Amino acid sequence: MSTETAAPAKPAEGLFSKKNRKLITDPLNDNNPITVQVLGICSALAITVKVQNAVVMSLSVLAVVVVGNMVISALRNLIPGRIRIIAQLVIAAGLVTLVDIVLKAYVYDVSKQVGVYVGLIITNCILMGRYEAFAMGNKVWPSALDGLGNSLGYAWLLVVVAFFRELFGNGSIMGLRIIPNEWYATAGGGYFNNNMMILPPMALVLVGIIIWIQRARNTKLIEQA
Amino acid sequence: MAFDKNSNSFTFIFATVMVVVVGTLLAVTFLALKPEYDENVRREKMQNILASVNVKVERDAAPAKYDELIKETLLVDANGKPADGDAFGLDVLKQYKDWKAGVGKAEDMKFPVYKATVEGKELFVLPMVGTGLWGPVWGYVSVQNDGRTIFGSTFDHKGETPGLGAEIATPIFIDQFPGKTITEEDGSYTGIKVYKGGSQTTDPHGVDGISGGTITSDGVSEMLQRTLATYDKYLKSVVAPPAPPVAEPLATDSTTILSALPQ
Repeated sequence: MSTETAAPAKPAEGLFSKKNRKLITDPLNDNNPITVQVLGICSALAITVKVQNAVVMSLSVLAVVVVGNMVISALRNLIPGRIRIIAQLVIAAGLVTLVDIVLKAYVYDVSKQVGVYVGLIITNCILMGRYEAFAMGNKVWPSALDGLGNSLGYAWLLVVVAFFRELFGNGSIMGLRIIPNEWYATAGGGYFNNNMMILPPMALVLVGIIIWIQRARNTKLIEQA
Repeated sequence: MAFDKNSNSFTFIFATVMVVVVGTLLAVTFLALKPEYDENVRREKMQNILASVNVKVERDAAPAKYDELIKETLLVDANGKPADGDAFGLDVLKQYKDWKAGVGKAEDMKFPVYKATVEGKELFVLPMVGTGLWGPVWGYVSVQNDGRTIFGSTFDHKGETPGLGAEIATPIFIDQFPGKTITEEDGSYTGIKVYKGGSQTTDPHGVDGISGGTITSDGVSEMLQRTLATYDKYLKSVVAPPAPPVAEPLATDSTTILSALPQ
């Protein structure tokens, strides 16, 4: 996010104008969907046992939010007000099913593990939140950026949580062994995996710790007493 | 804009067009990607069959290993007699569901058998399907060439409760099977029972169920009892009891001797 944004100064806004850049950067920190808006928590707890699952889930959400935002934004002047939530749901459900079919065909093992949660992306609040709050009232390009920003904000959190859970819960990252086998008690060492890490409540604790660190560092988030 | 986007007629038109477009898109994608998906399912099935004879392979390597180890596939009918048809292609889950729903007849059901040779041992791999708590459960049990001793097994499920019923797919459950027998010494059928409560593990025809997964365990028990009964008929027909020496070998011997005599 630096000088590449010096797009030719057209009368219209540049593709990466300051305002548009904010659409991406805001959700990464100041307005993070998970830590600040506390949306999409359920999937953050459920699929962060392994980094790989977190990455696949993040990419799926990214695809669904970005494409969905663009489609809804393009149709925003056509969607009848009375059925707009239904229209958003149909588009979300369609895209999620599409993602599910693609995962089953190309990353079958991952789809077996995250399969049930992919279906639940439909109910991920980030989706409907962005569709209703942003895409219905903005042009296609800003909507795409907004979707990208929010899903990246979701993604980094998922990956960070999954990193710690897989490392301490299973001793590996992306399936690669980090804690040497010899350290384990079964091989004569004194090391045990922390089974608490595998369980969903630990994800909540980790998310809580991240929120704590974020609030301590980011003055904008400190609530006035 | 010339039309009123909030009018009733436009609302209906919009909803209809949207649903048709989305539906068509999904149908087209599904059909386009179906071959890849089917191939994945096929390889997973081979992987499962191999897992039941204690051969662990990556899914992509499964077809080659399958071709190497599985020597013969056949179908048997409800009485254990060989039947016609494609054993690998038979959808046992669909057949089971039809039977449960009263569409298919029990005597029309077919049962696939995969004959494997692993490290010189001849094994029979027997697929089976049953009902757990939330949906179907299935598995493959391999039996040694004495027709009664279990060599290995693998179980899986559609959506049993993680941590409870879903534990049937883990080594905790699966590792109890090798060495168990499906008949008594004299050949009378016992099957394999899944016990509730862990005190029965000394039973040669029973394994310990999953605590907290009672309905899943019962489903697996029922599946094992029912399916192994059919397979037992087949196994008895192909595995001859150790026969006492009969006249025939002697006859051959004497012919040899005779022919060796000077004319």
